[in-house]
Amino acid sequence: MKIGVLSVQGAVSEHIRHLERCSVEAVAVKNQESLNETSGLIIPGGESTTIGKLIETFGLADLIRKRNRQGSLAVFGTCAGMVLIAREILDGIAGQPKLDLMDISVQRNAFGRQKESFETDLDFKSFNFPLTAVFIRAPIIEVASPEVETLAEMPEGIVAARQDNLLATSFHPELTDDLRVHEYFIGMCKNCI
Amino acid sequence: MKEQGTFRVKKGMAQMQKGGVIMDVTTVEQAQIAEKAGAVAVMALERVPSDIRAAGGVARMADPEMIMSIMDTVTIPVMAKVRIGHFAEAQILEELGVDYIDESEVLTPADEQYHINKHHFKVPFVCGARDLGEALRRISEGAAMIRTKGEPGTGNVVEAVRHMRKVMDQVRQVISKADDELVVLAKELGVSVELLKEVRDAGRLPVVNFAAGGIASPADASLMMQLGSDGIFVGSGIFKSEKPQLVAEAIVKATLHYDDPKVLAEVSRKLGDAMPGLEISSLAAADRMQERGI
Repeated sequence: MKIGVLSVQGAVSEHIRHLERCSVEAVAVKNQESLNETSGLIIPGGESTTIGKLIETFGLADLIRKRNRQGSLAVFGTCAGMVLIAREILDGIAGQPKLDLMDISVQRNAFGRQKESFETDLDFKSFNFPLTAVFIRAPIIEVASPEVETLAEMPEGIVAARQDNLLATSFHPELTDDLRVHEYFIGMCKNCI
Repeated sequence: MKEQGTFRVKKGMAQMQKGGVIMDVTTVEQAQIAEKAGAVAVMALERVPSDIRAAGGVARMADPEMIMSIMDTVTIPVMAKVRIGHFAEAQILEELGVDYIDESEVLTPADEQYHINKHHFKVPFVCGARDLGEALRRISEGAAMIRTKGEPGTGNVVEAVRHMRKVMDQVRQVISKADDELVVLAKELGVSVELLKEVRDAGRLPVVNFAAGGIASPADASLMMQLGSDGIFVGSGIFKSEKPQLVAEAIVKATLHYDDPKVLAEVSRKLGDAMPGLEISSLAAADRMQERGI
């Protein structure tokens, strides 16, 4: 099984290293050919406006939507990736590009500017001890439809959630040595082979 | 409990900028053009480096009013510059909520001996470096991101190339060194053995390393990425060109597809006149910014 990391901009190498440490073959996805080889796709943290614009320009957005809706591609969005897979972006700029996949409404930069960025211990559903979650200019899920399962939350709102073959986290599991969130996603990808 | 301003959080912010282009802007309109073109951040400053060169005199931190108007306009991160060693300017920018501070040789240095103690801040800092020693000294002062110094405001990439190659070459040397050899090298470079071990074990700088100082075309961006840069700063190269919007978009695409000559050829077409360039040897010693703060 191969899992791709969308290689447009942002924390690409960090996700690839985590997948490799989970003994999965990781592929940097820059074009349609490499996207077609994978059972799962991680959309990394970065700038959502930049990544969104470039995947439209280079023809990746439609293929991600099509394969995810067909059920052949699991998608995991971290931070900017979570913003991109959301149905609704509450404070997006005019013409904010999005993949429109998960039934969530997302608020960008929900915790403030960079100096308010933080790390904290967080309970994640089904994990037997908390993980350290790193939040960087992080978004939050303000509203989720009943089909969406909450996996982690903070007083400010939902910070991790799953809907069928979609996974979203506000935080960056690729910036710590804990592999459990990646293992959770790999489990989801096995249904997409 | 929330822990703010940890080194992981500061360094992580720079990791999210990798593969992206950070653009110098001096007005709200320019910031909007940059965001629309796909910049991952903007650097808000009063004058782009080539105009700082032309104006002479003392170059300081930009007017907070201007920085705030840009922060209110765009949703991408906003960076701003302070003079080397001027921690009061940095305190002001942190208070304003700027997302990243560039302690920059482009402005007139405020302290000829000491850089800012960047560990004291929650906001992350980027600093310029010409070689591994400078880079690691800045990191030990708390810098969470490094960029080449290049020679700002010249539109001439030669110095950025020199600095990126130097750092890469020195990292390769460190990788092959034994522990006892690192002790001697640490003394030569004026850095700690621990930091050098980190470089050796990771096979790279411990923080993100961008290219800056003289990048003026999509080809320049591709060159720097192929030499190992994690991303690109463009100063005067966009808004001193004939068609800023087109040049901005082209440099963003060239940074993403830096290794694909087909895309590079496509985006390099019909960009109008690039910014006028300066030959480095024509600069008087006092006009070279890269020797500031080493």
